[in-house]
Amino acid sequence: MIEPHGGTLVNRIADKAHAAQLRAHAAQLPAIELNNREVSDLSLLAAGAMSPLEGFMTRDVYESVLDTLRLPDGLPWSLPVTLSIKDQDVATMTTPFIAALVAPQTRQPIGVIAVEEVFRPDLKSEARRALGTDDPDHPGVAYLDSLSGAYAGGKVWMLERPIQPPFEEYDLLPAETRALFAKKGWNTVVAFQTRNPIHRAHEYLIKCALEMVDGALIHPAMGETKPDDIPAGVRMECYLTLLKNYFPAEHVALSIFPYAMRYAGPREAVHHALLRRNYGCTHFIVGRDHAGVGNYYGTYDAQKIFDLFDRDEIGIEPVMFEHSFYCRKARGMASQKTTTSAREDRIFLSGTRVREMLAAGEELPEEFTRPEVAQVLMRHYAPRPGK
Amino acid sequence: MAQDKVTIKIPRPLYHKIRQIIDDSGFNSPTDFIVYVLRDVISEKGAENREQFSPEELSILKKKLRNLGYLD
Repeated sequence: MIEPHGGTLVNRIADKAHAAQLRAHAAQLPAIELNNREVSDLSLLAAGAMSPLEGFMTRDVYESVLDTLRLPDGLPWSLPVTLSIKDQDVATMTTPFIAALVAPQTRQPIGVIAVEEVFRPDLKSEARRALGTDDPDHPGVAYLDSLSGAYAGGKVWMLERPIQPPFEEYDLLPAETRALFAKKGWNTVVAFQTRNPIHRAHEYLIKCALEMVDGALIHPAMGETKPDDIPAGVRMECYLTLLKNYFPAEHVALSIFPYAMRYAGPREAVHHALLRRNYGCTHFIVGRDHAGVGNYYGTYDAQKIFDLFDRDEIGIEPVMFEHSFYCRKARGMASQKTTTSAREDRIFLSGTRVREMLAAGEELPEEFTRPEVAQVLMRHYAPRPGK
Repeated sequence: MAQDKVTIKIPRPLYHKIRQIIDDSGFNSPTDFIVYVLRDVISEKGAENREQFSPEELSILKKKLRNLGYLD
């Protein structure tokens, strides 16, 4: 089984006795209300998905990641993982201190943090370094623009196993996917990350990769996405439909990845790969414009960035694919690398075009998506009566 | 409940130092602080050596994986 990043799978989910003590204490502690991304990050930190991280970043770790794409000890790490504190709370917080981490809106305690440091980041600089832009139209920049005040860094505890309704039964923690792979005898596992429904091009990439490994983990990001991304419930129905009809159950598993997308393109591709290593995966599919948005990143920048690291530093093997599509000339799925067909022989639709067609009630071509998946999408996008 | 706990002695200067540190920290007492720190240390050490799952956790996980069709 592949080692977790850094060598040890972190576990900062408090056991019953510990959680009871923390919960009793939490009511008296200053509270830091998390946003949705921070709830996702807390879940991932506590469950070991972000090993070797044990909490939100202090300034030295944050700056090291932004400047060098590495933790201070040299381990690759490409994106900051941070906890925001509101301006009005900063003045009252003198470190070190312990605070309750409370859920947004309900303000129920879900964790605690031993804050080692509170610091004021340069968010514009973070945007430029982490995202490659400070354009406010970039969703990752918009997130940073929504923050105020400071960041708090320190180790965390989560009070109980994070639950991801309504997909709880598909929510496997890193220790659990590792146990699954061991039980199935999968020595090599390829992970597929997506924030979209799986269309035929993606299916093609997964199956190409599956020819080389023992198993595939379909691992969709189910944390916060941008407003025009397809809702999580619809996507999940698409995945289940596709797997049921087109994938062999003995070689594929589906589990949700409670990660909030940053849309950071290349840096996020590395981040996604490292986290999947912690889930026990040995390979990771990187297609065109992985974790990209709009035209902020070059088509294959998210593949080229892996050249910054030695393979054994990353540990998980990126499996690179070029732009893939249905090829009329080849009468099957192909990629830019494997066909000589002209553009007009290639059937591919952008996400925008797909949404336009669905909103207009147009059928998606079966060369682009499986009819069973198309039906799920059309049900979701079908014009409502009277509208 | 008193039977669930044991008494540990620490040097008095260390105790006073801890009391200074925890002032306004959210820890109610040096005991709270020490227990918190020790759980942290044990967690790190335990992560290296620990069995992945307790018998109860393993049973729950197996049932979950069977329900998903991933195990026979």
